[in-house]
This record gives sequence, structure tokens and C-alpha cells, in this order.
Amino acid sequence: MYRRSLFGLAAALAVAGTSLFAQDMIKIGAIAPKTGPLAGGAVVTQWPNVRLWVEEVNARGGLDVGGKMKMLELIEYDDKTNPGEHIKLAQRLATQDKVDFIVAPYGTGFNIATAPIYGKFGYPMIAVSAITDKMEELTTRYPNLFFTLGTTTAFVDGVKEILIEQRDAGAIGNEVAMVNVADAFGIELADRARELFGEAGFDIVYDKSYPLGTPDLSPVMKGAKDSGAKAFIAWSYPPDSFGLAEQAIIEDLDVNLYYSAVATSFPAFKGAYGNKINNVLGAGGTDVDNPAIAAYRKAHMDITGEVADYWASANTYASLQILEQAIVGAATLDRDVVTQYIKDNSFDTVMGELSFTNNFSNTFWSVGQWQDGVFRGVKGSNVEGAVPVRAKSGWSE
Amino acid sequence: MLDILVSGLLLSGTYALVAMGLNLQYGVARIMNLANGEVLVLGALAAFWLYTTAQISPILTVILVIPVAFIGNWLIYRFLLTPLVRRSKSQGALEVDSILATFGMSFIFIGIMVSIEGGFFFYKYLSEPISILGSTTSLNRLVAFLLAVLIAAALYIWLHYTRPGVAVRAVSVSTEASGLVGINVPRTSALAFALGGTITAVGGALISTFITLDASIGVVFTLKALIIVIMGGVGEIRGAIVAAIILGLVETGVATLVDPGLTLAAAYFIFVIILLFRPQGLFGRRAV
Repeated sequence: MYRRSLFGLAAALAVAGTSLFAQDMIKIGAIAPKTGPLAGGAVVTQWPNVRLWVEEVNARGGLDVGGKMKMLELIEYDDKTNPGEHIKLAQRLATQDKVDFIVAPYGTGFNIATAPIYGKFGYPMIAVSAITDKMEELTTRYPNLFFTLGTTTAFVDGVKEILIEQRDAGAIGNEVAMVNVADAFGIELADRARELFGEAGFDIVYDKSYPLGTPDLSPVMKGAKDSGAKAFIAWSYPPDSFGLAEQAIIEDLDVNLYYSAVATSFPAFKGAYGNKINNVLGAGGTDVDNPAIAAYRKAHMDITGEVADYWASANTYASLQILEQAIVGAATLDRDVVTQYIKDNSFDTVMGELSFTNNFSNTFWSVGQWQDGVFRGVKGSNVEGAVPVRAKSGWSE
Repeated sequence: MLDILVSGLLLSGTYALVAMGLNLQYGVARIMNLANGEVLVLGALAAFWLYTTAQISPILTVILVIPVAFIGNWLIYRFLLTPLVRRSKSQGALEVDSILATFGMSFIFIGIMVSIEGGFFFYKYLSEPISILGSTTSLNRLVAFLLAVLIAAALYIWLHYTRPGVAVRAVSVSTEASGLVGINVPRTSALAFALGGTITAVGGALISTFITLDASIGVVFTLKALIIVIMGGVGEIRGAIVAAIILGLVETGVATLVDPGLTLAAAYFIFVIILLFRPQGLFGRRAV
């Protein structure tokens, strides 16, 4: 009898303990690739920022939720770059781990594929690494889904403007060689580019797609070279942006304008090819001279030990700042209230003052360029600090 | 056109090497090794890992890989596959058992590799442009091709002009008959399996210098090797070489002329055609 009551007491204490513990914590769930084709991108842009944010918030003593300080507890899962796996894990986060909030997935296809499940559980989902023109349709269907990195059209427009400028300057002609990764992201960008470039009088003389994770890109680059176009555009993802640059150097691709999309802004891109990639254009960009960005980049380096990329790293961190300020501002962990707070307010972030119109934040960089060792923004929307575009000449150091 | 020829030929060198590895394992040891591609990726991982952590040249890694892969594969055959060989009543039963066992083994390999390196095995070695017959390619492709040719030639000479090599070929023709003439069949089989695995791992280390691999890509190479072996004829080294050249040329041709996304589809298409019209392979003997 005595033994049983003691056991009961212990059990009661344990229950009380966990519930007390749970009250002081805000559980944050994060699912993104650590393995598979997109891992290379996620470990640069997504994971370090999630950890940076959690560490910084906890170092400050947590978040003030209605007068009570609560620490963040991070639960991470690897989706293996597999949407099916991601959805299973999302289910687990919501029903078993019972997390309070989630970090939106990495990759356009993943954000679209998981919107229904996160929507079902009512999580506010501030997507960063997702570029699409279907935002209106998606945010109407999933009112807790937000977009922060721009639209397909905006990204193609940025490149189109540069093509027109360079044509006017005489650096390129009307001929463009274009390739894309056969994935939601690359296909949508290439489709839009065919329309917009065509309207602007450009002739896409080489137009090929290749599957995500294609190990050998040399035939693609040979084809682009044979087309003779002076402008090369690749709507590419991390593994292939590297592969294409490598083949361009080997083939000595003779162009005055070279653009590859995701990962061009990664510090590792410069690390791999040094000054050979000077004046290469890529998706994204940032203004390293902006004090808020400079401070963020320093903190990123100090805490994660890695250099932030020159594009979506800052946006990813800003999205977490939005979530943080919304939780504090709404003074509750109620997800519907927090979602509504995100819609109704503006937020002070490393990307400046951000607010949402129809769940869409219109502040982002669209095109950047490697200029003497730094990837600087050259085109963007509602951002300051853009520098003029330079023409590319040769691939020597 | 010349581009396709040069790139295709260079690619086929390493394909031939990998297919020879599977050919020894399947043709001689009678083990349909579905973990063949994973062994290849293990070789690639070794090259990547040693190069990025200790700046060891992949060419040197190839030499280091040889004893390690040989012993590793010999142990696998001795302790994992020999019980299956003993138990099986017919070659068909052994094939089914070995397919299942090595299929499971492939997942173990993938798990081990993911825990070491989950991302891409990305490193740059000799990625300098070089011109061959007016077609530009990278130096690492040429080096890998030359080494593959060298190893393949050595293997061919060994198989045809030495006593153990002849024993290996004899076992590939008939296990019963070679047993009757005094060949130690279990030992020769183990030797062939270990040698096959070694050659595959070496091929992986060579391929990794010019193709960026990751832990989960092994199955693609297993299938390519299988296509080459079936196309060339089981147990036929010459057939494997010719089939590898065909596959390399077709893949490069399709990627250049049609669409880079269709290379694998083209490879399977050839596979289906071969199975339909010449199931014993280009050089294979009709099954008795």
C-alpha cells in the first residue's frame, strides 16, 4: 500500500513536472532535407538560421507570451528530400510531438506539397524558399500560408530587365541559351521566361531541361555552347548550379551574361570556383553594406560558424523574426490568433519593415551578381542598395 | 557529333570497368549482386572523403581501395553468401536468395554512407579543360578513362593467360565440370566475387572525380551494370566492353540530341530490345 502510494506520488509528480515544463516551453518543429538532392541547399540556407534564431531567442531568456517568459524547444527532422516523408513527419510533429509552431519547409515543391497538412492543423506557415505565381490561388485555399521571397514573374522580370539592358549596351544579341531543372521551381520559371523573353524580342535558341540530381551536365553545357548565344540562363537548383558552372569553365563558355538560379549566392560557390565566377549572375542578392544585414551576417558567422548565403538566408531569418514578433504581439500560442496577427501587422526584421498584403510580402531581392568576391543585389522589389550590372568576360581567375 | 563520340567513349570506359565487376560476381560466383552500385558509391565516398579531409589524390585512393575492397568483399562472400551457396539446390534458387540478400545489404550500405555524408560527394580534382580531336572535355574524365582501360586490360590478360584466370573462366562455364578437373570451386568463386567487388569500388573512385554522386545513387549504377552485363552476355568480358561502349554512346547521344532527362529511359529501352531479340546477349552463348 505504502509502495503504491509512493509510486502514485512519483507518477503525479512526473505528470505535474512535464506539464509545468511544457508550459514554459514553446515547441518549434522544423522539417527540411539533411540528405538527398536538396540537402546541399537546406544546410546552407535553412538549418543554420533556424538554429541561430532558437539560440538567440533562448539567450535572451525566451519569448514574452502574455507576461510569461517561455523558452524555445526545437524539434528537427530530416525529410530526405522526399515529399511523402515530409508529410509523414509533419503528421508526427502535429499529433505526437504536438509542436506549437513550425518552420516552413525548404523548396518550392515542398511548400506547395505540405500546405494542405500544415493548413489542416492551422499552423501559420511563413514560406521563404518558395517562388511561384500561384500564390493567390494557394493563399486563398490555405489562409495561413504566407510568401516572402517573391514570385516567378518577378524573378523572370529581373533577368529580363538585365537581358534588355545588356542588349541595349551591345554586350549580347537577341539569342539566349536557357536550361532548367525539371522540378516545380525550374519548370515554372522556364515557362514564364519563354513568354516574357519572347515578348521582349529574345530568341531562345537552346532550351533544355534536365532532371534534379543529373550527375553529368556536360552534354547540356556543350549544347548551350554550340548554340552560340551570348547569354546563358539556367533555372537551376544547388547541385546543378555547381555542375553547370564547372562545365562552363571546362568548356570555356563564351558568354557576356551568365545566370544560374539557386546556390549561385552561396559562399561555397565562390569557394569552389574563386574569381573564375566573377560577374556571374544568380538568383537573390543582398546589400552587405546595410547595417542590419551586416549585423545579422556577423551573428550568423559567430553562432553557426558559417557564412550566411547572399540571398535567402536573411529572408529565412526574417521569417522567424516575424513568427517571433507575432507570438509576442498576439501574447498567445493560439495559432489562429497568431496567424491573424501576422496578416494585420508589420514587422521589424533584418530585411527591413515587412508586412503582408494578401499573405504576400513584396520586399525581396530577385537578381544578384558576384562582383569582386561579394554577391551583391542588382535587381529587387522594395529593397535599397542595388548596384549596376557588369558584363561577364571569360572564365579566367 | 565528334563531341558525342569522345564524351561517350570516355564515359564508357568506367562503365565497362563497373560492368566487369558485376560480370565476375554474377558470371563466375553466380551471385546476382544488387548491392553492386552501393559498393561503387562506397569507392566514390572513400575518394571524396580522403580528398576533402586529407587532400589524398583520388588516384592514390584507388590503390588504397584495392586491398580494403578485396578483403571486404571476400568476407561478405565467405560469411554472408557462402551459406546461401551451400543451401541452394539449383542456380535459380541461388539467384533468388542472393538477390534478396544483396538487396538487403544495399540498404545497410546506404545507411552507413548517409551517416558519413548525407549530401553530395562534391570535390574538384583535375577539373581542367583538355582538347581531344577538337572536342573539349575535362582532364579528370580522360584520366579515369585511361586508368579504367589499364585495369580492364590487366584483368583481361589475367583471365586469359594465367592459371588462376583460366580457372575463373572454367568456373564461369560450369561449376560441376571445373570441380571434376580439380579446380577448387568455392575458393575460385570467392576470389571472383572479391575481385569483382574490388573492380567496382575502383570504378566508383574513378567516376567520382568527374561525376558528383550521393549516397542514394547506387541503384542507378547497379541497373546500368546489369544492362551492360545482360547486353554483353553473362560471363563475357569482351561483351561487357562492347556493351559499355554502346551504352556510353547512346546515353551521351540522347542527352545531347534529344533530352538530358531521357538518358535512363534510353538505357532501359536498349535493355528491353536486347531481352526481346537476343536474351543471351550480344556475345553470350545460348543457355544449354
